Amino acid sequence: MSSERRRIVITGIGWVTPMGHDIESVWQRLLNGETDITPIERFDARTFPTTFASQVRNYDWTKFVKDPSLHGQPGIHTQFALGAARQAWDMSGLGTVAGLDPHRIGIYLGAGEGVLDFQSYQKTCLASREDDGHTINTVNWGEAAAKFLDGVGEVEQEPNMPASHISRELGIRGPVYNCLTACAASTQAIGEAASMMRRGDADVMVSGGTHTMLHVLGVTGFNRLTAMSTRNDDPATASRPFSKNRDGFVMGEGSGIIIMETLDHATARGANVLGEVTGYGSSADAYRITDIHPEGRGPAVAMLEALADAGLDPAKRRDDGKPPVQYISSHGTSTNENDHIETLAAKKVFGEMAYDIPMTSIKSMMGHLICAAGAVEFITCLLMLRDQVIPPTINLDEPDPDLDLDYVPNVKRETAMDTCLSNSFGFGGQNNTLVVSRI
Amino acid sequence: MPFQDRHLCPWLNGDYLAILTGPVLRVATEPRKLHYRPMTRRVVISGAGPISALGVGIDDTWSAMCEGRSGLKPLTCFDPGAFPCHVGGEVDPETFKVRNVVPKSYRKAVKVMCRDVELAVGAAVAAIHDAGLKTPGVDNEDGHVINPDRMGCQIGSGLIAADVQELTDAFVTSLGDDEEVDLGKWGVTGMENLTPLWLLKYLPNMLACHVTIVHDCQGPSNTITCSESSSALSLGESMRVIERGAADACLTGGAESKLNPLSYYRQTCAGRLADSSGLEVNDVVRPFSTEANGTALGEGGGLLVLEAKDNCDARGGRARAELLGYAATQSCDHDGMSATAEDIAAAIHNALRSADLDHESIDAIVPFGCGIPSVDAAEADAIETVFGERATSIPQVLTVPYTGNCNAGNGAIQVSIACRCLETQSLPARLNTGTIDRNLQVGPAEARDAQLSNILVLSVSQGGQNTAVILGKVS
Repeated sequence: MSSERRRIVITGIGWVTPMGHDIESVWQRLLNGETDITPIERFDARTFPTTFASQVRNYDWTKFVKDPSLHGQPGIHTQFALGAARQAWDMSGLGTVAGLDPHRIGIYLGAGEGVLDFQSYQKTCLASREDDGHTINTVNWGEAAAKFLDGVGEVEQEPNMPASHISRELGIRGPVYNCLTACAASTQAIGEAASMMRRGDADVMVSGGTHTMLHVLGVTGFNRLTAMSTRNDDPATASRPFSKNRDGFVMGEGSGIIIMETLDHATARGANVLGEVTGYGSSADAYRITDIHPEGRGPAVAMLEALADAGLDPAKRRDDGKPPVQYISSHGTSTNENDHIETLAAKKVFGEMAYDIPMTSIKSMMGHLICAAGAVEFITCLLMLRDQVIPPTINLDEPDPDLDLDYVPNVKRETAMDTCLSNSFGFGGQNNTLVVSRI
Repeated sequence: MPFQDRHLCPWLNGDYLAILTGPVLRVATEPRKLHYRPMTRRVVISGAGPISALGVGIDDTWSAMCEGRSGLKPLTCFDPGAFPCHVGGEVDPETFKVRNVVPKSYRKAVKVMCRDVELAVGAAVAAIHDAGLKTPGVDNEDGHVINPDRMGCQIGSGLIAADVQELTDAFVTSLGDDEEVDLGKWGVTGMENLTPLWLLKYLPNMLACHVTIVHDCQGPSNTITCSESSSALSLGESMRVIERGAADACLTGGAESKLNPLSYYRQTCAGRLADSSGLEVNDVVRPFSTEANGTALGEGGGLLVLEAKDNCDARGGRARAELLGYAATQSCDHDGMSATAEDIAAAIHNALRSADLDHESIDAIVPFGCGIPSVDAAEADAIETVFGERATSIPQVLTVPYTGNCNAGNGAIQVSIACRCLETQSLPARLNTGTIDRNLQVGPAEARDAQLSNILVLSVSQGGQNTAVILGKVS
């Protein structure tokens, strides 16, 4: 193995989000501080504690793939991923490169599970009760399932299906992974994909994530956890990270996919390089299944490890007086706990310098794309580095007095930057941080 | 803190701990040493904790396989009458109770563990014991053998099915006039019949979440969800985590239970279940035989302690096997579901290359061998492609006829058995029945001694992920 560490760059990006299905229009909307959070359309949620979400609309996956019949009836999370992957792949230009070895191209997604068809599922359960009115007879259940539950739809819920469909679409035959670490999944996927290429396991990796939990049991689950905002009278302002009256996250859905290559591979084919993954850190809270460690132990370790991996000292300003990273893409979910502890962790890592590093949450506009959130945020970091402008954290009119960092409230800001840090923390205690740099 | 010295990330030592325990705002002091050190660390398996119908822990598992005792039985945890396969591999509920293996302080959490989590938590305790480690989970007094921040955790898990009875009990509180769930009622009162933490029972990453809490593993943690290849892919990732210096040891492997109506239905729809009608229990899973018509499911899996060899040696641990090679590939046939011999063979070739070995050095194979004809055929073709004439003589070790297909956990059982083969220089018995028309060593056989230097372990998943792992005898 070479003693020189391989450099890993990004050459393609794509997304399917609630704010649009192409990179540039969504980017403009983010810079404008727009949002698209509206009453839930996918099912009747009018009596639910939360009645709104950030939803992908008017999206037709068949327009993105070379031959829809290749994919049968993919689940909605796979549909999002196929569209995002196609955009990223086309941008990278790899599709026109002759002589690519499919066994040197891999996939590492942080994709969520598919959507359970609630209507058919409850029908199946209710039709298979014993005479007592509630005990399930599993033989009846199996027979009812065969009648009501679509077989293909059930198989397509496996979390490795988006990766399998992408491999089919792009002819990929190298190592393929899917990780599922809740809200941290796609950040972790990108970090591990980079690690695989550094090790020499592949020359090109398709990475990112896709997810939707916008279904009856998904919304039910988060409502029972009281993790979601219930600002039903004003959905557009419900996602308000770092503000005093934040009351939970806003559920979003979608996919963000990137194409990564070794720098040598990208240079050899004259590819347009969007940025470099320079650092990755990962940790587990090992604390509680519901709560983040109150001192932000895990998030701080993830950030420190990522900085160390990138060869950056969090305690030291650069020769030009700037902090070692000039922007933090926060996990910033708009829950009381996350925003508080993430702020604390940033201060632990950067000390006084934390006040000089803008830290925003695009979840204020986009909502929380769960497994896909990290990838979409990573893509916005690349766009920020390209255009030297930071989109705002919107709905931040009344700051939380305990949260006093620079969250770029409400209005975008132009600034010179070359290195960003992107955080994702998942339910269950996985913390992941990436450092991305301009090349 | 003796293990601090052995940290391979020199900039993340004392000063780093001070940051984590110190005041919120600190003033930058001396610059720390910052550079990346690429490293190739040798990685060993220092503990194995399989869990399946054969029992909990490697000793019970191994002796059952040496005696040729299958764990498959007519299913009792639910009546599978509507599905083609009526046998399965259940973990004996009398011998394994999760509340007995977690620390007293953690017993409350048992309520929010689904079956998959219970299996992983049980396997983790067995693996930690086998490795001779101490954690807060197995020894409250003596603390850690490996620093918590140097211990990672990568666990393979499946698509977890919520309990149908639990949901139905809630559904019946919200019935409309048509005897179906009225979402209006569900939103107001129905959902309140689910416990507030209901969702957290069923998230795939809860296996790793509970295991990291019980054993205080604060290093990198991940959950790999690629069906039957999840365990082996997790093993590959743990290897990379240790090689790059992000941890000194990892709990790795996987666990899953598909022994519930929804998962049985999904496997039936995918055409993977054997038709057990008219068959003796031991004849249901017949890998590589012409009569094979599908697989039987088991619950289980296992966790392994993967450890940097330097770390294992320094603490006086006992390496069971060395992880010499690893590779993964993807089958992407037109229908996307078929196993392809060419890509399985590519995984084996790449693993051999990464181990710097040729196929002559492989003394035994633990194939996936699940009994699904198309999967078995692809695996057999791949073995013949790589091993040529040797394919006919190289012994194969089959686990699925003993445990059922444990899905995300299956690879961990295969690897655990391969470790024990290398340690004891012997091969367990084979149960396989039926007509074998391939010239492979997969027919019935007694346990026997064997000279084994290197063993190849294969996984082939529903979804197309293939892995090849090469384990070597510890010299």
